[in-house]
Amino acid sequence: MGRARARSAGWSRAVLLVPAALGVGLVVLPLLGLLLRTEWGAFAAHLAAPVVWPAIRLSLVTTLVTVALCAVLGTPLAWLLSRADGRAATWLRAVLTVPVVLPPVVGGVALLMAYGRRGVVGAPLFEAFGLRLPFTPSAVVLAQVFVSLPFFVLAVEGAMRAVDGRYDAVAATLGASPLRIFVRVALPLAAPGIASGAALAWARALGEFGATITFAGNFAGRTQTAPLAVYVALQNDPQAALALSIAMLAVSLLVLGLLRGRWMR
Amino acid sequence: MRRSRLAVLAAVTGLLALTACSAATPQDTAPGAAGSTSAPASSGGGSRVVTVLAAASLTEPFTALATAYEQQHPGVTVALSFGSSTTLAQQIAEGAPADVYASAGESALAMLPADAAADGGREVVARNTVEIAVPPDNPGSVSSLADLADPDLDVVLCAETVPCGAAADQVLAKAGVTPHVVSREIDVKATLTKVTLGEADAAMVYHSDVVSAGADVEGVEVPAADNVVLTYPLLWFSKDRDVAGFARFVASPQGTAALTKAGFLAP
Repeated sequence: MGRARARSAGWSRAVLLVPAALGVGLVVLPLLGLLLRTEWGAFAAHLAAPVVWPAIRLSLVTTLVTVALCAVLGTPLAWLLSRADGRAATWLRAVLTVPVVLPPVVGGVALLMAYGRRGVVGAPLFEAFGLRLPFTPSAVVLAQVFVSLPFFVLAVEGAMRAVDGRYDAVAATLGASPLRIFVRVALPLAAPGIASGAALAWARALGEFGATITFAGNFAGRTQTAPLAVYVALQNDPQAALALSIAMLAVSLLVLGLLRGRWMR
Repeated sequence: MRRSRLAVLAAVTGLLALTACSAATPQDTAPGAAGSTSAPASSGGGSRVVTVLAAASLTEPFTALATAYEQQHPGVTVALSFGSSTTLAQQIAEGAPADVYASAGESALAMLPADAAADGGREVVARNTVEIAVPPDNPGSVSSLADLADPDLDVVLCAETVPCGAAADQVLAKAGVTPHVVSREIDVKATLTKVTLGEADAAMVYHSDVVSAGADVEGVEVPAADNVVLTYPLLWFSKDRDVAGFARFVASPQGTAALTKAGFLAP
C-alpha cells in the first residue's frame, strides 16, 4: 500500500519534471549555443570590430533617454490611472497596452504613418520646419518609447495601486495638494515599483529591433542600435555578431541580477 | 502588497517575452516558416515540397514561376522564401532546409560549402543592373548619380553586406560620388520600400525592382560606364526529380521569359 503510494508519487513527479526540464532546455540551449560557438580566444579582437562600439554607444544613449522619458511621462500617468476607476480609465489602460501585444514591425509602420515625411504629424512638421524624424536618433528613441512606455506604466500603476488610498486621504485632509501627495506620498512608497518598471522598460528598449529598423532605418553610428548591428554583422562577420550578442547578454544578466537582488526577492 | 507587485512584474515579464518573440523582421521569419513546411522533398507519392530560397529581388518572377510549375506538376508544392542573398546563404550554411537557392551576384556563394551543389547543379538564370529609384513625383529632382551627393536629399542604400549594397557602393565609387545616405537597409525590397513610402528621396536598387514596382516609383538610369552587371546563379542541392525539375524550369526559355518580363536581363 505504502509502496504503491510512493511509486505513484514518484510517477506523478516525473510527469511534472519531464515537461519542466524540456522547458528549461528550450530556454537554456540557445544561450549555451551562443557561449559555445564564440571564439573566446579572439573575443576581444571581435569586440573591437568597427560596428560594435558605435552600436553599443548608440544603444546605451538612446535607451537611457527612453527610460528618462518613460519616467517623466509615465509616472504621473501611472499615478492618475491607479486612482481612476471610470470607464475612460479602463479604455485608456487598454489602449496603452496595445504596443505590448503589437508586433514591433507593425509599431514601426504605425510610427511612419504618424511621424514619417508623409505622416499625420510628420508631413506638417516637414512642410513647416523641414524637420525629418525618420532616419535620426530621435526616431530610435521614439520607437523605443512607443514599445517600452506601456511596460513602465503597467508596472508602476500596479505598484501605485498597492499604495494604501488612506495615505492620500490623510495627506489631503492635512491640506496637501494633489501634486504634493504625488511627490511626497506616492513616489516614495512606489519607488521600488518605479525602479523595476524602469528596468523592464530599459530591457524592452534595449532589445527593440522591428520598430527601429522600420521607422529609424539602419545607419552605423546614427540609427544602428546593437540588435540591428548584430543582425547586419551576422551577414559578413558572424564572430563580431556573436561578440556583440555576448556583450548584450552580459548587460542583460547584470540588470536581471540587480533586479533580483534589489526588488524581486 | 508585495505579492501584487510581484504578480504585475511576472505578468509584464511574460508579455516582454511574448513581444521579444515577435521582434523579428519578415525576412527573418520567412525562411523559418518555409523550413517548417519542407521535409526533404521525397520523390513520388503524396504532396512533394520543393523549398526555394531566393534573393529578395527575385520575389515577383519566382512567385509567378512557382505558381506555373505547381500548375504543370500537380502534387508538387514550391515553398518560397525571399531575403537578402547573404542571409539566405548563411541560413543554408547553418543547416536551414533548402532544395534550391538563387543568389543576386556571386559573392554570397562564398558562404556556402564548396561542394554544396555537388549532387545537384548550378546555372546562371538572369542578370541585373543597378538603377536609381525615386518617388513618382521625384520630389528631390534626382536626374543623375551626382545629385545623390546633395545633403538635402535622403538617400537609402542596401547594407554593405548584401549584394545590392555592394553593387551600389561599386557604382558610386566608379562615378566618384559620395551620396548623402541616411540608412542602409537589410535587403533590396526594404530599400525600395523607403522610396515607395516617400520617406527617402532616392534609393539605389536593381533595374528589375524599378520595373516590378510599377507606378509606385520612377527609375533614373545609371549610365553603362558607371554601372555593374550582376549575374544570378541558381543552385540546386539534390538530384531529386522535383528539385531538378523546378531548377531546369527556371533556366528554361519559359523561365527566362518570366525573368525578362520582370526587368531582368537574359543570362
